[in-house]
Amino acid sequence: MSSRAKPLLDLDPATVRQARALARKAGRPVVKLAQSHTTVSVERATLRLAGLSGADHERVPWVNHLVDAVRAEVGLEHGVTTPVYDALRRGEAPDLLTLAQKAASGSVQFRLPAGRETTRAQALARREVSRGIRTIDKQRANRDRLITRHGDPEQRPWIYLIVATGDIYEDIPQAQNAAREGADIIAVIRSTGQSLLDYVPEGATREGYAGTYATQENFRLMRAALDETSKELGRYIRLTNYASGLCMPEIATLAGLERLDMMLNDSMYGILFRDINPIRTFVDQRFSRQIHARAGIIINTGEDNYLTTADAVEAAHTVTVSQLLNEYFAKEAGLEDWQLGLGHAFEINPELPDSFRMELAHALLARQLFPDAPLKWMPPTKHMTGDVFRGYLLDGFFNLVGAMTGQGILLVGMMTEAVVTPFLSDRDLALQNVRYVLNAAGGLTEDFHPPRDGFIQTRARQVLGDAIDLLTDITQEPGKAPLLEAIADGTFGLMKRPADRGKGLDGVVVRADDYDNPATTMLEEGSNR
Amino acid sequence: MSASTTDSAMPLEPMPKAGKQGAPAKRQPDIIRPYGDTTGDGMVQVSFTLPVPHDKRAEGAALQLAAKMGLEPALLVHAKPMGPDFTFFVVYGSAKHLVDLREVTVVEREFPLLSPTEVNKAIKSRLRRKLVVVGACIGTDAHTVGIDAILNIKGFAGEKGLEYYREVKVVNLGAQVLVPELVERARAEKADAVMVSQVVTQRDAHIHNTTTMSAAFREAYPAGQVPLLVVGGPRFEEGSAPKLGVDRIFGRGTTPGEVASYLVHALAAPTTKEKA
Repeated sequence: MSSRAKPLLDLDPATVRQARALARKAGRPVVKLAQSHTTVSVERATLRLAGLSGADHERVPWVNHLVDAVRAEVGLEHGVTTPVYDALRRGEAPDLLTLAQKAASGSVQFRLPAGRETTRAQALARREVSRGIRTIDKQRANRDRLITRHGDPEQRPWIYLIVATGDIYEDIPQAQNAAREGADIIAVIRSTGQSLLDYVPEGATREGYAGTYATQENFRLMRAALDETSKELGRYIRLTNYASGLCMPEIATLAGLERLDMMLNDSMYGILFRDINPIRTFVDQRFSRQIHARAGIIINTGEDNYLTTADAVEAAHTVTVSQLLNEYFAKEAGLEDWQLGLGHAFEINPELPDSFRMELAHALLARQLFPDAPLKWMPPTKHMTGDVFRGYLLDGFFNLVGAMTGQGILLVGMMTEAVVTPFLSDRDLALQNVRYVLNAAGGLTEDFHPPRDGFIQTRARQVLGDAIDLLTDITQEPGKAPLLEAIADGTFGLMKRPADRGKGLDGVVVRADDYDNPATTMLEEGSNR
Repeated sequence: MSASTTDSAMPLEPMPKAGKQGAPAKRQPDIIRPYGDTTGDGMVQVSFTLPVPHDKRAEGAALQLAAKMGLEPALLVHAKPMGPDFTFFVVYGSAKHLVDLREVTVVEREFPLLSPTEVNKAIKSRLRRKLVVVGACIGTDAHTVGIDAILNIKGFAGEKGLEYYREVKVVNLGAQVLVPELVERARAEKADAVMVSQVVTQRDAHIHNTTTMSAAFREAYPAGQVPLLVVGGPRFEEGSAPKLGVDRIFGRGTTPGEVASYLVHALAAPTTKEKA
C-alpha cells in the first residue's frame, strides 16, 4: 500500500479531515448510547468467555437459559455476571454449567448481592471471564506464529473465496480444494436466516439453507482443516465468518476463541437490511468489535450492500459515508488500520458510458481515504444477467480495477453469479481470470497516474463532496443521536428504521450505575486478569 | 464420421426472406436445429467437468459423453486438469436432435411479471394509496427465511424484497405469531394482503396452521372484505389454495418480484369494467 507516498488523487487534506470530523460527530452520540446499554447477547458472550457452552436437549444453549433466568429474577441492568457468581459463591451449584442447568429448571435463586459480597462476586467473575480473554490472546499469538511459519500470500490483493454447502463436512474438502487452487481466504457463508436467530446453534451442523450455520464446533473443525492445508501449501490460509445479526457479540467471541481470522462486521447492515433494532445493533457491534480488536481479527464491512439496493453511481457517496462511519466505530472500539477491511463494490451498470472509469475513481477514492486499511473489493452481482460469457468479461474488468488500485482483499467474482452455486470449473475459471489480470496488469499501479482535473480525479472529488454533504445533513438531524434520527427517517437506502422498532429490541437493557461486565472492563483496559 | 442420417430429415430449404415492411407474416419451419454459422448445422457448445485425472482416457470419456448427448461429430477443443482428480472440457459439436416447434408447450403464469417500477406505478395509479402487506410466520415455525426473503429489502435471488417497493407498506411480524395477533394487526393496519410463511413444520402442521388462519380471517371480516391471503413454503401442494381457504400459494424458489406482480394482478389489476 504505497499510495501514501505518491497520492494518485489530488484530494484536499482539509476536506478529508472535515469528512472524518463529521463522521466522528455523527458517531460519538451512538457510542455514548452503546456505553450506557447492554444486550442479552453481550451478556451471553460474557458467559461464553467464562467457559459456558453447550445446549439442552431442545438445543437451547445454556447461556440463553442462564441469561434469561437472571433477567427474570434480578434484571440484566447490573450485568449477568454479578448475580451468577454470587450464586456460585453461595453454593447454589458447583460450577457454571450446573448452575445454568439448574436455572433452566427454575431451581436457583438469584439475587443482587450487596457490599463486600458484591466485590467478591465481581472479583470471581473477573477471574473466570479472564480465562476466555487469555484464550483469545493465546489464539492471536498462535496465528502470528503460524503466519511466521507458513507465510502470507505472495501477492496483494489476497484472494477471497466463498464456500457454502450447508454441510460442514462438505465445506471442509471444498475449502481445502479452493485453497489449493489459490484462495488465500476462505469464507463460509452462513445459513440464510441465522442472523435473526437469537441464539447460536451448537455442534457440527449438516443442514443449512444456502449456507452453513456458524457454530463454535463448525469454526473449530474448519480452522483445524485449514491449518493442515496451510502446512501443506506453505501459506497461511485465513478463515472468515459473519459476526452480524442478533448474536453478533457471541459469534465474535467464538471467532476469537477458535482463531478465525476475518469477520464480516458492519456497523449498520443489520439495521438497514435485516430490520434489527438500531440500538441493539450498535451495542452489540461495539462489544463484537472490541473482541475483534483484541483477537487480531480483520473486520470486513458491508458497503457493497448499499450498491445492490441503490444505483451505484447515484449512491456512490453513501459507500464513502458508511466507510467513514465504520472506520470511526472501529477505531473507537480499538481496531487498528490493518484490521479495517472496508468494503466497496463493482456495481455500476456496464451499459453506462465511462462505467469503468467511474469504478476506478470510486476505488481510488476509497484507497486514498484509507491508505493503511486492507480494503475489500467486491465483484459485480447486480448486473450479472445469466449471460456467463459477458459476466466473465465483467469479472475481468473488476479484477483489473482491483489490480490498478491496490485493493487488499479481492472477493473472487463468479460468472455463474445469480445462476447456480458455483461449479468446480466456475471457481477454476474465476481464479484463472484473477491470476491473469494480476499477472498481466498488477504492475500498472506504477504507471497509472490519472491527470489532475481529469475525469477520474474530478469524479472522486465529487463523490467525496457528496459524502460530506450527506454527513453534514446527518449531523444536523435533531435529537440526542442524529445518526439514529437519520436511520429512522430513511437517509440510508430507502429503509426507515426507527430506534424504538426492529428485531431484538426486547433484548436491549439500560445499564444501571452499578453495571459490571468484566469482559468489557478487560477489553477496555487491555488487561488479561 | 459421415453425415448422419438425421441430416436428411432437416428442412434444408432456406427460410423465406422477410420482405419489406408490411410483408405478410414470414413462414417459420416447424422443425429446427441449433444454428452455428450455417442454417441446419446444429452446432452447439458445452462445457463440463468429469471426475477423472486428465489424460487420453479422460478425453475419450468426454467424447463418449458428447456422443451420448447427441453431439455428432463432436470436437474436443479444450481439456484442462482441475486439481489431481478432475478435468474440465469444452466441446463443440453438431446436435443430431431436432426441435419440433409444434410440440413446444408453455405453461403461462396467470399474471404478467412486472418490474418494481411497474409495480409501484400500477399501485399508485390504480389504488391511489400504498398497498399494505402484513406478513408473519405462524404457529411454532421460527424460520423466517421465507417471509424475510420476500419482505426484507435484502430480498432473494438478486431481487429486492417488498420493502424496497415505494408503494408497498410492509409490516413484518416475524416468527411464531399467533393467529389472533395476526388478524388483529391486519385489521389495525388495514391490510390489503396477508402473507404467511411455513417453512419447517412437522407432520401436516403447515396445513392445519393455514386453515386455522384462513378460518380466523373469514370470521373476523365481513364477507367479501377479507384481505388477500397468500401463503408460502416448500411443502404446500400446488393447486391446494382453495382447499386451504387462501387465495394463492407460492412454492420453493419464489422471488419477491413474482409476489409483487401477483399482488398487483390480484389487487390493482387494470380492470376497466369495475362498475357494479
